[in-house]
Amino acid sequence: MSDTPVSRLANRAAAATPQPLARRVRGLSDRAIAWIFIAPTIVLLLAINIFPLIWTIRLSFTNYRANRPNEVVKNVGIDNYTRILGDEDIWLAMQATAHFVFWTIVLQTIIGFALAWAIDRKFRGHALWTTIILIPMMLSPAVVGNFWRFLYQPQIGLFNTIVSVFTGADPSSFEMLGTVDLAPWAIVIVDTWMWTPYVMLICLAGLRSIPDYIYEAAEVDRASPWRQFWTITVPMAAPFIMLAVLFRGIENFKMFDMVNLLTGGGPGSTTEVASITLKREAFEKWRTGFSSAFAIILFVAVFGLANIYVKALNRVKSR
Amino acid sequence: MKALGLSAVAVVAGLAAFAHTGEAKAAGELTLCWAAWDPANALVELSKDFEKQSGTTMKFEFVPWPNFADRMLNELNSGGKLCDLLIGDSQWLGGSAENGYYVKLNEFFDKEGIKMSDFAPATVYAYSTWPKGSENYWALPAMGDANAWVYRKDWFSRPELQAEFKEKTGRDLAPPKTWEELKQTAEFFQGRDIDGKKVYGAAIFTERASEGITMGATSALYSYGFKYENTPGKYDMQGAVNSPDAVKGLEMYKALYKCCTPPGYTDSYMGEGLDAFKSGQVAMMMNWFAFWPGMYKDENVGGDKIGFFVNPSQVVAASTLGGQGISVVANTDNMDGALAYIKWFAQPDVQKKWWQLGGYSCHTAVLNDPSFKESQPFAADFLVAMGQVQDFWQEPAYASLLQAMQKRLHDYVVADQGTAQEALDKLIEDWTEVFQDEGKL
Repeated sequence: MSDTPVSRLANRAAAATPQPLARRVRGLSDRAIAWIFIAPTIVLLLAINIFPLIWTIRLSFTNYRANRPNEVVKNVGIDNYTRILGDEDIWLAMQATAHFVFWTIVLQTIIGFALAWAIDRKFRGHALWTTIILIPMMLSPAVVGNFWRFLYQPQIGLFNTIVSVFTGADPSSFEMLGTVDLAPWAIVIVDTWMWTPYVMLICLAGLRSIPDYIYEAAEVDRASPWRQFWTITVPMAAPFIMLAVLFRGIENFKMFDMVNLLTGGGPGSTTEVASITLKREAFEKWRTGFSSAFAIILFVAVFGLANIYVKALNRVKSR
Repeated sequence: MKALGLSAVAVVAGLAAFAHTGEAKAAGELTLCWAAWDPANALVELSKDFEKQSGTTMKFEFVPWPNFADRMLNELNSGGKLCDLLIGDSQWLGGSAENGYYVKLNEFFDKEGIKMSDFAPATVYAYSTWPKGSENYWALPAMGDANAWVYRKDWFSRPELQAEFKEKTGRDLAPPKTWEELKQTAEFFQGRDIDGKKVYGAAIFTERASEGITMGATSALYSYGFKYENTPGKYDMQGAVNSPDAVKGLEMYKALYKCCTPPGYTDSYMGEGLDAFKSGQVAMMMNWFAFWPGMYKDENVGGDKIGFFVNPSQVVAASTLGGQGISVVANTDNMDGALAYIKWFAQPDVQKKWWQLGGYSCHTAVLNDPSFKESQPFAADFLVAMGQVQDFWQEPAYASLLQAMQKRLHDYVVADQGTAQEALDKLIEDWTEVFQDEGKL
């Protein structure tokens, strides 16, 4: 062993280690020591992720109900899956989810990137503005859901009052959470308000990772700011933007808490996103087998889409 | 590795011991679970007598109504030991009896001389029996309740409003006797300026998530002749659930929602109704009898300012049933203590005090007392309502049945989707599927 500072430190540590322990450690291979370190994590992963997943897959082929402990559990084959895929209400929930995911991603990406670009100008007070913009994402979704209910209240809500100032409409003449046409947009607005700062942060990291010399070279070549934006800023920040879209897409696909507090899925079933339907099936109707199948379908959908997306992301990064 | 394994076992054992200690209750301790509302506070007060007499320490777990069913059914389903006694909704009886979550009380009642004939028949049927109408008792009727109405008597008695109403409708401005009159009265108040403030017609139930809109709309549906089955126990719903009268009832409920509720009243239940009424926004409010003692005592809108009336009839006289029975949770570690509480609670003197404190006793010693009708301004109405109550399915699959109705009603009433006929037709489809899954059809 060479006489480096690290090896000297290792020798001193070995000398200070009590004999029996040192003997045991010396007897283990590197691989064994590695296993000892990662075993607790693997056990936890198996216990709280893999085992429940396998168990859920198993339950999805049965008629099991968690509230009927005495009932005989029957194997129903793929019945649960065929019923889900043929259920009109489930498809309506998927449509509501798609509307929510699509529009929140579009709005959050555009606004988040615009804010990041503005903050990146490093104008006077930009640090203070960054902090202020970040406040919504620091709040709990439960708090956000509750106070936006008040903001949307037709008689006393600030949102309706502000809209009425600009449009001249009576504040109580429209109900953001109670009208079929407006409720899907009401939840999009709240999610955009809350999570745009998150997208902004990721985009800001992307913008700040672009070396200044590239812009300086572009200046020398007399490239216009518009051309610099489209040929340098956007392509170089694209992997970061795509990462933000991935995170928000996965999060919003399984959105539950905020929507549940704002509308409870209503009016009617207008804003009943997939996770609310899943919760109702699993913990209100107690159709455990059926809801397990639905959970697996959602998991496969998110996992599959995310995988395709990550491959696209890697292609963009490698360019 | 062996030492590592032993350490892990020791840690797990330690954690298990800690968890067990956390769950264990003192021997002389009972936990009673119920919803968090006015009567629960009265029960805390009442139970102090039991604590004095028995030396038992009473603990209470009260859960807000919107989460009550979720929380308690989760507790029962998971075999939890939180509750020794549970005042659960009548609809839970079927499932709790069949799944062994409640203790069957027949033997105990016989041994202690507790007679079900001492309680109002409608409450015994609704709160205690499963299968319905059988002599299998799973609870003692604890809290009688039904959906009813409160109105602003001070507004109704204003001469100028009375004259205007008479001129418009040809009848006196008084508590409505039918749903047609109810809507007419609500329309009269809608958007009216009273004491410089814009007021609205009525606060009704429209809540989507738990049971709100079902409890509200059935108040109209039952009065118009809605039935769950043509023949009780046969699950033959076609022509009963979607009868022409039932369709009219649902159309009426939607019409009342559209014409006469305050803005933003799209997802409202008990709490929102109380807020609207107490803040002087509405002339009438639908809510449970349980809230009337507190409402009558309210400093701003209570006392002589308000009056009460039974749910209006249309084709038949009917009220939606609320209320609960008290059951012993089979999983309790203090079975003797829990049964002792039931025995104590069933005594006529305790029941009388229960009524005085604001609880709704179902005991005939209270209800048949000659002074009962005069004891509270809403007492006579309570007797009428309890004589005409109808309840939702109490089947083990009640939650699936309820969720289907919540969805179909909210889709039609609030979200404006389809017609009343379509909503009730689809409801039959949903319910048929549930009963087929249950093997009952």
